[in-house]
Amino acid sequence: MVPTNYYVLLSAILFGLGIVAFVFKRNIITIFMAIELMLNAVNLAFVAFSQALGKPDGEVFVLFVIIVAAAEAAVGLGIIILTARNRRSLNVENVNLLKL
Amino acid sequence: MPILEHLWIIPLLPLLGSALNGLLGWKWPNKTVHSVALAATGLSFACALEAVREFVANGQQLFRKEFFDWIVAGNFRAGFDLQFDQLTVVMVLVVTGVGFLIHIYSTGYMAHEEGYFRFFSYLNLFMFFMLILVLAANYTLLFVGWEGVGLCSYLLIGFYFLKKSATNAGKKAFIVNRIGDFGFMLGMFLLFRTFHTLDFTALFAQAGPLPGEAMGQFGTLTVACILLFVGATGKSAQLPLYVWLPDAMEGPTPVSALIHAATMVTAGVYVVARSHILFTHAPTAMYVVAIVGCATAFFAATIGLVQSDIKKVLAYSTVSQLGYMFLGCGVGAFSAGIFHLMTHAFFKALLFLAAGSVIHAMGGEQDMWHMGGLASKIKVTFWCMLFGTIAIAGFFPFAAFFSKDAILFAAFNHEPGGKALYAVGLLAAVLTSFYMFRLIWLTFFGQKRYDEHHVHVHESPLNMTIPLMILAALSLTGGWFALPALVGGKDYFSEFLSPVLGSGEIAGIENAHNLELTLSGVAMLAAVVGLIVAWRMYAKDVKRGKSEGLHKLLYNKYYVDELYQAAIVGPLVWISQNVLWKVVDVGVIDGTVNGIASGTTAVGDRVRQVQSGNTRSYAVWVLIGALLVFGIIFWPIVHPALVGGMR
Repeated sequence: MVPTNYYVLLSAILFGLGIVAFVFKRNIITIFMAIELMLNAVNLAFVAFSQALGKPDGEVFVLFVIIVAAAEAAVGLGIIILTARNRRSLNVENVNLLKL
Repeated sequence: MPILEHLWIIPLLPLLGSALNGLLGWKWPNKTVHSVALAATGLSFACALEAVREFVANGQQLFRKEFFDWIVAGNFRAGFDLQFDQLTVVMVLVVTGVGFLIHIYSTGYMAHEEGYFRFFSYLNLFMFFMLILVLAANYTLLFVGWEGVGLCSYLLIGFYFLKKSATNAGKKAFIVNRIGDFGFMLGMFLLFRTFHTLDFTALFAQAGPLPGEAMGQFGTLTVACILLFVGATGKSAQLPLYVWLPDAMEGPTPVSALIHAATMVTAGVYVVARSHILFTHAPTAMYVVAIVGCATAFFAATIGLVQSDIKKVLAYSTVSQLGYMFLGCGVGAFSAGIFHLMTHAFFKALLFLAAGSVIHAMGGEQDMWHMGGLASKIKVTFWCMLFGTIAIAGFFPFAAFFSKDAILFAAFNHEPGGKALYAVGLLAAVLTSFYMFRLIWLTFFGQKRYDEHHVHVHESPLNMTIPLMILAALSLTGGWFALPALVGGKDYFSEFLSPVLGSGEIAGIENAHNLELTLSGVAMLAAVVGLIVAWRMYAKDVKRGKSEGLHKLLYNKYYVDELYQAAIVGPLVWISQNVLWKVVDVGVIDGTVNGIASGTTAVGDRVRQVQSGNTRSYAVWVLIGALLVFGIIFWPIVHPALVGGMR
């Protein structure tokens, strides 16, 4: 059986990639995907621990996360489409209404 | 209803009158306004008479009642406690009686003035505070009255508030009194620290058995008494704080008569007499009182010699006579001081009211050099004024003859230095006689020095002349309590006061009676000298001379106001402007406030850069935060491993 350490390490690497992509990418779609990547990295860790501890709690959490992520994807994509229509751009630098 | 059990009603009536006039008077006709005011003071006077009757019927027992607690803190209690004893009898009757007469007079004098209701409201309020002052059974409540009369004095001096000089005079009176009140309060604090009570009965019971302090020694009692006396010098216009009283003549004349001659200014004398148990234990303080009183009596009289404003002459005369009262108290003759207080209330109120009548007749003119020859035109006023003048000069058998005589007699027999005090007092008596007869001659005799086409001299209405006549009668008879003493009998006045103030008898003087007669003769002679000199100088038609030399010095009041201006007011203003304002206020206080504001702004300017509005920078902050949390959680785990690894 694959040791839990590996899963956790993979999860951490995926999460780190997600963060780096989130911070450095400018395309909204890419940022959105980075968020999804981070969510799924966490899901992976949950499942791994669930299996290691022999408890179903982690899997239940993962189901919740997937459901919320689906809802979030719907809302997020809606926002992205509106933004793209309004600004004719997917560059996050242009979405700066809150900027000083 | 026994009034004595409900003593509060005596001060409450004027307060009620004041409140009614103050709140509703503006829409009332003058008649209603003065009806309310007169009813309040008249009823108060009637209640006072009834209270005196009950007091005498009870065998002149000290009556004292605690009505309610006012301040209770720890072992300190200041209650609304009133008391009634022989000294109170004199004061209450003077305040309500003379006050009532002056109220009547005011209905005539103030009839054509703006703010009629305001005047009577203030005047009634004054009566309230003055009655609180004399009825109070502890220093704290007395101080309430003390401050209250000061307030009313301020309000009434500045009654013509559109006149700059009147408002300035009001402020001057108030501020100079603050200096005295500061001393008074310190005196109260010291007494409380020493005796743990400010109640008259309890405090004097404790102080009574104490050994007296030696002459020249500044013990606690001496310091407390001197501090109380500082308060008295402010309120009663003694050296060096007398400067406000002459300026206070800016107020309407009835105010000058009531507040600045008959009642309020005598409050200092009352306090000294009330605290006589403390003072007799502190001979040094007594000596200070006597010397200040004596010096003031002489000093103010010299200024009065040359003043041209009829009210100013009377003002300096008041300061001088108050000096006599303090001289009496200072040499231990408290009852003589109070006696003079009472007779002075009669004749000085009379003089002021008569002067008011003259001013009224002259259409507002106050300069005696613009009067002259008025005797035949305003006969009633003239005769009343003459009565007052004879009374103050000390001719037998008028009031001041007895009271001033009692004071001078006590001073003469005082050791040490009594003879000198007596001599100065006698000299002041000569001056008194002189300046008063000068006033008479300048005002009522000689040629007319006014324009008859513009000034229509007319006698005042009855509501002004009747109080004058009553006061004139009192000025004649007010001293007769002491009449039997002249023929070897008893002085009924001092005997009446003796349960409160002690006998005041000076023991061990041979032929005391003959000595007193001799001194009375000398005092009479002094009055005659003053009269003759004034007659020689002013009876003939006189022109106003050029003011130079000593005359100029006196006319300008020894330049005391200028001296105070240069020595105290000037530096104070300079320090206020250049240090307190420009350094402390602008620099320190404003600087601190502005510094805090600009510091906050500067910090905020930096910190707000964090909230850039750029979503990704927020993400970076979240990341940094997360890393920090990780660091904090894992550092204890990683750290020993690192340390261990290095080993």
